[in-house]
Amino acid sequence: MRRVVVTGIGMVSPLGGDAETSWQGIIAGKSAARFVEDFQVDDLPSKIACQIPLGDTANGKFNPDDWMEVKEQRKVDPFIVYSMSAATQALNDAGWHPTTEDEKCATGTLIGSGIGGLQGIEQTSLLLAERGPRRVSPFFIPGRLINLASGYVSIEHGLKGPNHSVVTACSTGAHAIGDAGRLIALGDADVMVAGGAESPVCRLSLAGFAACKALSTSFNDTPEKASRPWDADRDGFVMGEGAGVVVLEEFEHAKARGAKIYGELIGYGLSGDAFHITAPAENHEGAFRAMQAAMKRAGISASQIDYINAHGTSTMADTMELGAVERLVGDAAKGLSMSSTKSAIGHSLGAAGSIEAIFCLQAMRDGIAPPTLNLDNPAVETAIDLVPHEARKRDISVALSNSFGFGGTNASLIFAKV
Amino acid sequence: MSDTQERVTKIVVEHLGVEKDKVVANASFIDDLGADSLDTVELVMAFEEEFGVEIPDDAAETIQTVKDAVSYLDANKA
Repeated sequence: MRRVVVTGIGMVSPLGGDAETSWQGIIAGKSAARFVEDFQVDDLPSKIACQIPLGDTANGKFNPDDWMEVKEQRKVDPFIVYSMSAATQALNDAGWHPTTEDEKCATGTLIGSGIGGLQGIEQTSLLLAERGPRRVSPFFIPGRLINLASGYVSIEHGLKGPNHSVVTACSTGAHAIGDAGRLIALGDADVMVAGGAESPVCRLSLAGFAACKALSTSFNDTPEKASRPWDADRDGFVMGEGAGVVVLEEFEHAKARGAKIYGELIGYGLSGDAFHITAPAENHEGAFRAMQAAMKRAGISASQIDYINAHGTSTMADTMELGAVERLVGDAAKGLSMSSTKSAIGHSLGAAGSIEAIFCLQAMRDGIAPPTLNLDNPAVETAIDLVPHEARKRDISVALSNSFGFGGTNASLIFAKV
Repeated sequence: MSDTQERVTKIVVEHLGVEKDKVVANASFIDDLGADSLDTVELVMAFEEEFGVEIPDDAAETIQTVKDAVSYLDANKA
């Protein structure tokens, strides 16, 4: 199988309009959680979210007009605009701009989303009920479809290779990167633009996830305290949004053009729980098997893993994931750091896996384990360093990222320095 | 410029993202202003909204240029 490396990263997160601003916010221990002010929340149990900071691109904020024409933005949900930004950033970062027909056909897109255009679906259903079918825009369908993120990115950059997408709830971003890596490894493409995007901050979504009892409801007055993975007082996740996109590239292809390499995708493991639609299986055994499969693919032992970016959503399942990791690493627990960056940017659902994969690459590059905010009083004892409150300097040569989704779908990615 | 043409121009500029001076009477939405078939459907919806009229599909198909839209709306607007 051909080797696959990451040569470009791009991100839109609640802590910034680009990957570096987001990372600097993460390691500085900033929380992006705020009270929601752009729509009615007084009747919702969870009134907080981590939202994309709008403003000047040059100041590390997100300006949609810099990434997509205004007339095109009007036709689509924000997850597609975020995808366009993250993908363009990643391609610029990689310095990969295919011009020949061969280059274009060897470059593909695989960007997924957990839910897709929920805001547009909410607004258009109201319009349909109030004004009738003649008012439904011809862009309603293409502007909401999940794979249109890949579609728009491929059109913008002339990418004629595999044009694919993934929908696996909160595992989407990880599966997208893992599956895109396989396409390169098997020779279907030399370069893939891969990741996940989500724009779920709307009434319909906050109502729906609250009904599932998934959201934090006790911290509406102190939003920055709400996302607290592994803490005894955690009571649900904080809704996030954004996009994370990487440029994956066949190793020799990257070397031949002298590309900067963030790391190699050495392992990818998938599993299913076959247990419950929203709850993880007992002992998170599905998560255990996903990590185990990724390690087997990577050909490494547990003691070689330096850092894990946990799924850690700030729900009851956090300690189950911790238990699965403890079983996986055994005595190596003492040398391992594991944190949840969702403590800072909330849970961006389908974007989370790819955003966190990028944080793993940045953690390896800078030798810094990002912190778990608000971990004041751990719910269980562990020998693993959960990096409470403050980032920690440490060597990271191998990093693993976990993502688990509704439907019992689990994915683990392992990156290593090249 | 008539009031109708003014309002049609404004809608075309907004929906197709073109410069106002390109939106001349003879300009074809598809050939001159870069619209695709979905854009023209949405343009017609926007005209209906702005002028409070319902434009049947067979009439919508005859609206190809700025002038076509202005003439139709002048003859049919509420």
